[in-house]
Amino acid sequence: MNERPLRVVIAKAGLDGHDRGAKVIARALRDAGMEVIYTGLFQAPEQIVQTAVQEDADGIGLSILSGAHMTLFPLVVEQLKAQDAGDIVFFGGGTIPPEDARRLKELGVREIFTPGAPLQTIVDFVTRECGKRRTPAA
Amino acid sequence: MAKMIDRPSGLGAQPTPAFEEQHRRWEAASAKGRSRKDPGSGAVDRTISDVPLKVVYAPEDVAGLDLAEDLAWPGEYPYTRGIHPNGYRDRLWTMRQFAGFGTAAQTNERYHFLLEHGQHGLSVAFDMPTLMGYDSDAPQSRGEVGKCGVAIDSLADMEVLFDGIDMGDITTSMTINGPACIALAQYIAAAEKKGIPRAKLGGTLQADILKEYIAQKEWIFPPRPHMRIIVDMIQFCTREMPKWNTISISGYHIREAGSTAAQELAFTLADGFAYVEACMAAGMDVDSFAGRLSFFFNSHIDFFEEIAKFRAARRIYARHMREKYGAKDTRSWQLRFHTQTAGCSATAQQPENNIVRVAFEAMAAVLGGTQSLHTNSMDEVLALPSEKSVEIALRTQQVLAYETNVTNVVDPLGGSYYVEALTEEMEAQAESYFAQIAEYGGVIEAIESGFFQREIAEASYRYQRSIETRDRVIVGVNAFVKEDEPENIDLLKITEETERGQAASVRDLRTKRDDAAVRRTLESLRAACRDPKDNLMPHLIDCVNTYATEGEIVEAMASVYGRYTERAVL
Amino acid sequence: MTDDALLRDFEMRKPRALARAISYAESGRGRDIVRALYSQTGRALTIGLTGPPGVGKSTLASALVRKARGLGKSVGVISVDPSSPFSHGALLGDRIRLAEHFTDEAVFIRSMASRGHLGGLAGATADAVSLMDAFGFDVILIETVGVGQSEIAIAELAQTTLVALQPGSGDSIQVLKAGIMEIADVFVVNKADHPMANQLRREIRSAMEMLEWKGWIPELVATQALAGDGIEELWAAIQRHMAYLNETGEIEGRRRNAFVHQVRQLAMGRIERRLDVLLEGENSTGLDPYAAADRVISTLGVQLP
Ligand SMILES: Nc1nc2c(ncn2[C@@H]2O[C@H](COP(=O)(O)OP(=O)(O)O)[C@@H](O)[C@H]2O)c(=O)[nH]1
Ligand SMILES: [Mg+2]
Repeated sequence: MNERPLRVVIAKAGLDGHDRGAKVIARALRDAGMEVIYTGLFQAPEQIVQTAVQEDADGIGLSILSGAHMTLFPLVVEQLKAQDAGDIVFFGGGTIPPEDARRLKELGVREIFTPGAPLQTIVDFVTRECGKRRTPAA
Repeated sequence: MAKMIDRPSGLGAQPTPAFEEQHRRWEAASAKGRSRKDPGSGAVDRTISDVPLKVVYAPEDVAGLDLAEDLAWPGEYPYTRGIHPNGYRDRLWTMRQFAGFGTAAQTNERYHFLLEHGQHGLSVAFDMPTLMGYDSDAPQSRGEVGKCGVAIDSLADMEVLFDGIDMGDITTSMTINGPACIALAQYIAAAEKKGIPRAKLGGTLQADILKEYIAQKEWIFPPRPHMRIIVDMIQFCTREMPKWNTISISGYHIREAGSTAAQELAFTLADGFAYVEACMAAGMDVDSFAGRLSFFFNSHIDFFEEIAKFRAARRIYARHMREKYGAKDTRSWQLRFHTQTAGCSATAQQPENNIVRVAFEAMAAVLGGTQSLHTNSMDEVLALPSEKSVEIALRTQQVLAYETNVTNVVDPLGGSYYVEALTEEMEAQAESYFAQIAEYGGVIEAIESGFFQREIAEASYRYQRSIETRDRVIVGVNAFVKEDEPENIDLLKITEETERGQAASVRDLRTKRDDAAVRRTLESLRAACRDPKDNLMPHLIDCVNTYATEGEIVEAMASVYGRYTERAVL
Repeated sequence: MTDDALLRDFEMRKPRALARAISYAESGRGRDIVRALYSQTGRALTIGLTGPPGVGKSTLASALVRKARGLGKSVGVISVDPSSPFSHGALLGDRIRLAEHFTDEAVFIRSMASRGHLGGLAGATADAVSLMDAFGFDVILIETVGVGQSEIAIAELAQTTLVALQPGSGDSIQVLKAGIMEIADVFVVNKADHPMANQLRREIRSAMEMLEWKGWIPELVATQALAGDGIEELWAAIQRHMAYLNETGEIEGRRRNAFVHQVRQLAMGRIERRLDVLLEGENSTGLDPYAAADRVISTLGVQLP
């Protein structure tokens, strides 16, 4: 049993304001008992990573729908490494074609969820992966 | 059981004993039915927006409807049955597809092609940095330049966009909100450089900022100062641009954000009324500007609910404009609207199915009496649509217009117990939302309190849940799923070269212009922002004429107005 | 991370160590780290920010951070949001307003979920303040949940308490009626651009006249947090209040209150956790509730009247 709820940063990067998906996921994670830190829209990779560090987050979920995913996801991975925070579970979502998703996973994004992915699958993923990160620390 | 019929002029006739007897037999037979158990049957008793549904509708459900006051004839107040006496017989709706990508030069080429093939109206889609007020070389623009539309950094790009096009002879629709006033200034300046006076320019600007705070989130300044910008634009266009529609009040994005049909309807009309009130508060006569307001709705997949929504929209608008705002001109009472099929109803799985969805949604829009229509392409959820799918989308409208014959009779669903009852329900729900908004003190206060955002988030979460539990079916997503779907769909890609090229050209521009003039006009713009009695438009035109970039102009305005951020509402 | 490594990283002022230390405190494991660092506390200026949801507390916090940064001061911000009593999850969204400071190394922002604690703070807020203080932040801003009337805890914890209200809102009037008056050192009328701002100022004044004040009389500042208007005046009012506390020696009383608050949180936390365990085995058969309570208390090993 975890003694405190999992903490997850849900972030929207890029300039598009389509936060419907991010919010539905934030809410599902909250309803699953997690503490969700919502950064709001238009976050730069640097801001997202600083947030995750200060909030001692177990995971970062990043949503991008503007088509800038191949630019922004790798920047977050880079920033996480620079902050010595590569252990934070980094996952993402958006309208991301399969070949891009494959490349992003090679770069270190743990999972990419595309539109239509069931909420429960996402909740299960976060519970499992972020939970794993907690166990060795304890 | 039949209600007391308080309005003898209504659609619900007094039931005869024989009819009552049939009713009782039906009730008994209906009660014996067994509920279906297949996926999707969890939601047979409500619309996609959770409006409860009866098994069948009958005269008693419309007993309260007054023929003259609530329905009337086509072209008659309150326009439930449409604003034209002859519906589509005199004139079909306008088929308008939206386009724009990459650089101004690439889009300009596309425009020439479209004009040569008989299209009269151009429609500009801007890229995200332009919509958010950032230049292409700003750090915020990384990875976004030219992606979802065309990049316009300064007047120079606008000149390229309309190069070789007679701007006095076409109409242009520009989908831009936060920096709409700057795009308008650039459009005017580009035309006047070619010797075409602003009075000759025709077109539409979206410029609906309230729905940005509510749903689409492409804002720049806070709501209050932005309302002043809008009033300034409406005033300016009323005086100087007789052929220009200043604002297109949009529910499309509210729906895309996950709202219900009633929320889309209510919030959009509430926004419209807020603009009306703001202009009236600035001393304008309602009839001087109301005729230039137009609306933009979504057409989702719940067929009858959508039709009811469009019909209710006209009725509510007419009533408020006449009764509440005292408009005298019949044109001011008539709600005109553009419709786009629901992007959020399209699926990435089995994308060809989207063609079918779009066809149903387009038909709902037409049966609801839309003035113009954009049909989505099947692959728009994935990326910019390919040429083939854009063509199918347009052909869908043509089949609808020329083959199905739904255009021959005005408001063919008028008098349907179900559609009329649902229309009344939509109106009632909208009025109840208006009352709640009034309790907050108005649309802006409700935005600041997160009211709309909360309502929408709640609805969208409920909807998502109903799909997870398979109470509702989405074909190809939670039922009838095809394993190992092929993933290779042809997608249009915008290269990084576009971004580098555009960024370089805006940097280059800054070295070539008269910087002193730029600084001077930006300073006078700042002063105008501080002085609520001044009109911003002439100052903006001065700024763009010195080739001040969009980013610089936005920065100057933000130094007075601040930038908006929203509170988190889930 | 071992506790030693954590302490070492904390001493090296690594932000991750501060973040982790606060997590420890939140999960009832703060004992070692807070004890080790407690001697380094006592330097920070602590400002509490309360008021109904939506008045602009987070926006004010952001503007105050901007002001403090302009003066070269480092700032820690703690924002508390409610946890769901059912799922125990929480949505922490105050950061949105503070985005402009995310990449400023001299600003550290931490969102905390109330985790069932009443009083508008989280159980570990006091520990988090101690940790930020020890880390070396010059100013610490604490934004409360801001729901209803249970906002007294912040006045215990902070040296200066700001009560923010907004014009034209029923909530703000409720707050005035509910006797939150006494905890304010400074009233902030935010959204002063609203047409009813002057009316709210009058209402605050007349509510103040109903009470007897000795010593410090709360100041009233009008702000427009979004545009940054009135923030200079607000900062000046905070400074005057601090000067007053220092000159009169009342600062010692405030420090004592904060200390007592923290002790109470720690003691209550331990009692509650123990109580939870004991009550798990309780059932409704047999004893009457009073007798059952007596039994639980005696098992706790304390003497209570
Ligand atoms: N008009 C106006 N709106 C403001 C002002 N300060 C904050 N707001 C808005 O009020 C809303 C709530 O602000 P927030 O800081 O989240 O409030 P909190 O819930 O008390 O933390 C947001 O929409 C802000 O943009 C102001 O001075 N004037
Ligand atoms: Mg807040």
